[in-house]
Formats: sequence, structure tokens, C-alpha cells
Amino acid sequence: MKEVRILEIKQSVYADNDRQADLLRQELKEKGVFLLNLMSSPGSGKTTTLMRTIEALKGTLKIGVMEADIDSDVDAKTISESGARVIQLHTGGMCHLDAEMTRQGLKGLDTKDVELAILENVGNLVCPAEFDTGASKNAMILSVPEGDDKPLKYPLMFSICDVVLINKTDVLPYFDFDMDRCREYIHMRNPKAKIIPTCAKTGEGISEWTDWLREEVRRWQLQ
Amino acid sequence: MHELGVVFHIMDSLEKVAAQNKAEGISKVVLELGEVSTVIESYLQSCWKWAVKKRDLFDGAELVVEKLPAVTYCEGCGQTYPTVEYGKICPYCKSPETWLLQGNEFNIKEIEVF
Repeated sequence: MKEVRILEIKQSVYADNDRQADLLRQELKEKGVFLLNLMSSPGSGKTTTLMRTIEALKGTLKIGVMEADIDSDVDAKTISESGARVIQLHTGGMCHLDAEMTRQGLKGLDTKDVELAILENVGNLVCPAEFDTGASKNAMILSVPEGDDKPLKYPLMFSICDVVLINKTDVLPYFDFDMDRCREYIHMRNPKAKIIPTCAKTGEGISEWTDWLREEVRRWQLQ
Repeated sequence: MHELGVVFHIMDSLEKVAAQNKAEGISKVVLELGEVSTVIESYLQSCWKWAVKKRDLFDGAELVVEKLPAVTYCEGCGQTYPTVEYGKICPYCKSPETWLLQGNEFNIKEIEVF
């Protein structure tokens, strides 16, 4: 008969990933690479916003993009048209990326001359919020058609984000979306979150967003 | 889908623990799950049953989930109350200045190895 032992673990399920993420963040800091984790629901305009962002930052920051999807490479193809270096990551059915997958992605991307690495996470407001990717900052996009009540329904996502872009402001007249109420709901979950209304199609708010990004990258490299 | 990802994540961590402790196999895993964590126990159990067949180390391992009640603390009056029943607004003084004391935990408590 085999001897049975009890091992006390007493740690969060996410502890292992959190350690990996902290380590990755530290390494990126030493290399001067700023990693932005961009999250949202499917269809919020992540890829279009990214195209605008790359266009606005061209010439000032060297950008690399990792497109994470369960399958397909449609987003990576679109982004590659912008001229930015891009790779596609497949999560193999997983609903999120963890720190280890992000590390492998960065290796594939090759961050040698990259200052700003952008991770387009899987379109999902639940799981990506629970797995720290090792990013310098977390950003999310909430689009107007999704509704102003989303901060109440997905509190964790809003509480871990440094910046929230409220996208597709051009369709505001057609939806019952109350911008002030949405700001209030977001700040209930996260008083420090920066909120920027944007429209990737018309370009509204993009300069405020890219100014914020440029400033954060600069600060990351200086500290 | 989330629960399956989490199950694999737990298994990855425990494989390391088993190797460090020179265990041949794991026969039981005990988790602590807060009432308002984003994981659903029944889904977790279903995913577990499926996943244990895929990894030799976990063959036939039992999953025990211990529930932790959610408790909210009120800044306004200093009292605590059950989160699930009353939500974000304090039932005693109606203050919205409240925060979760416990209930979003998701911990690996202990494992039984041989």
C-alpha cells in the first residue's frame, strides 16, 4: 500500500501566474520595453483602434503587436498593413493569455528594437482580467453599443484597468448610453481609472489616448 | 470555457509541487472558493472530471471545493453584512462606501499525494 501524505499549499490559484508576471514585468523594465495589455469584448473596435494608434505613433515609437486569438489570423493581417511588426498568437481554445504565453509571444515577436509592445488579448471581459500578463499597463475598450452598465457586470475587468477607452462615440445618438453614468460606474469600481471617449472611425480622442501612451512609455523607460 | 482554463492552470502548478515533493500521484485536491469569485463550482467539477483523465499524475483524483461566504465591510458605519444578499449598498446605513472583506478567494488549500 502506498503512503498517502497531505501537502499544505495555501496559495491563490493565480499565485503562480502572478509570480511569473512580476518576473516578466521586471525583465521588460530592464530592457526598456513597455508592454500594453489591451482587452475588450469581441467587436468593440480593438483592431481598428490599434490601426489608428499605430498611425498616430508612427515615427515616434517603435511598435510591435501581438494578436491573440483562439483561432484565425485575420487581425494580424489587418495590422500588418499598418507597417508595424506583428505576430499572431493562438491560445488553442483558451479564453485568455497568461504570463508564460505572453513571454513566449514576446520571444516570437523579438523585442530587440521595440519600445512599445501591444498585446491584443482575447475578446472577453472575464478571464483576461484574472490572469496578469506581466504588462506595464492594462487598457480596455468599452464600445457604446455594449451599454453603460458593463462596469457593473464585469467589475474585475474595470478594477484592474489603468485606462478605459469608450469607443464608437459616433453612434451615441442612436443608443441609450449615458456617458456620465458610465464614468460614475467605472469610478465606483476603480477611482483611479483614466477614461477617454474615442472613435476609431472618426479619430476623436485618439490624440489624447496616444499622448497618454507616449507619456507612460517615457516614464517606464526613465524610472 | 474559463473553468477549464483554470483547471489546467491548477494542474500545471500542482505538477511542480508534486515534483518538488517527489510524489508519484495526486489523489485529492482541496480548493477554497469565495462565494463571489468568478468561478462556478459545478462547471469546475465537470471540467475537473474531464481533465483528470488527460493527465496521468491526476488519474482519478477527487476535487473538493470548500465555499467561503462573501462578507462586505461598510466604511460608513463600520458594520459587516452578507454581500450576496445586500450587494454594494450597506443595509444598515445605506452608505455606498463599502468594500469586500472576503468572498473573492480562489485558493489551493491542500492536496493529498502518494
